[in-house]
Amino acid sequence: MAGTAVRGRLNTWLTATVGAVTEETARARTLMLDVPGWAGHRAGQHVDVRLTAEDGYQAERAYSIASAPGEPLAITVDLVDDGEVSPWLTREARPGDLMEVRGPIGGYFVWEPGLSAPLLLAAGGSGIVPLRSMLRLRAQAGSQVPVRLLYSSRSLDDVIYRAEIDTATAGVTVFHTLTRSQPPGWTGYARRVDERMLTEVAWKAADKPLAYVCGPTSFVESVAAGLVELGYPPVRVRTERFGASGL
Amino acid sequence: MDDTALDDTALDGNAIGGLLIEIFGTEMTAAVGTCGSCGTASRVAELAVYMPALGTVVRCRSCDAVLMAFVRVRGVTCVDLEGLASLG
Repeated sequence: MAGTAVRGRLNTWLTATVGAVTEETARARTLMLDVPGWAGHRAGQHVDVRLTAEDGYQAERAYSIASAPGEPLAITVDLVDDGEVSPWLTREARPGDLMEVRGPIGGYFVWEPGLSAPLLLAAGGSGIVPLRSMLRLRAQAGSQVPVRLLYSSRSLDDVIYRAEIDTATAGVTVFHTLTRSQPPGWTGYARRVDERMLTEVAWKAADKPLAYVCGPTSFVESVAAGLVELGYPPVRVRTERFGASGL
Repeated sequence: MDDTALDDTALDGNAIGGLLIEIFGTEMTAAVGTCGSCGTASRVAELAVYMPALGTVVRCRSCDAVLMAFVRVRGVTCVDLEGLASLG
């Protein structure tokens, strides 16, 4: 196929006003965004956020949508220490501040209640964000699809949406693993996800499950490869990679 | 799970969903791209994406061939789809 040059003529950027801000952990916060003209979104999609400095320098990053379809738009942002966008979003942004967003984006890493397969959700760190949107949609839609969630965090204090995730929900089983430090008396997993853990947690391939895996690239590669080892067809393992992370 | 060489900075095609909307005018991450080198067909969302400062490079996960490249200069995005046999 050939190539071309495209002027940025499609003005796809919308102005967003920051609404309520919720501190989820010491490093992650959820920002409600008011976006006139927002078309609504599907569970699992993301938005691109663009910030413009006073000198005109622009930086954009993608952030998963945390809210369920039908709920007001919200993103949850995890601080990347040397990042260009997340320090402002997690440390500076206040209600009433303006930024630009583009989206919703994504037609592959999305879940709909009409998909009846048992769900395996695997999150590393802030990879939980799009999966939380799916879990909220499942509840909202009254879906009976059985879910197993494997959620890897550095420590208990780093678990995003902890209260919500740990609230008992019929048909949803949650498995935590804390890779760096564990509180006294911790009974969950305490290591990186490995094949033995997947064997214990994941649906059997014979159950014809559908898997969504999201998080740092190394986490996603390792979990996706492990699921394929367990017999999951690669097309039933949908992935989204966030790049490097110290997870 | 083995420790095959992984580039921890590699993203995937989900990350360029917005860029592709800008270029093609429609959602493309669920489209299928076929590698012009090895013939592997893959969802755009599953392709390997590298975003160093100067541009964006999309590679085949099977043979590592460059499938797409994007460079933005003064508001104009140059698009190279040379490595794709097909996309749609």
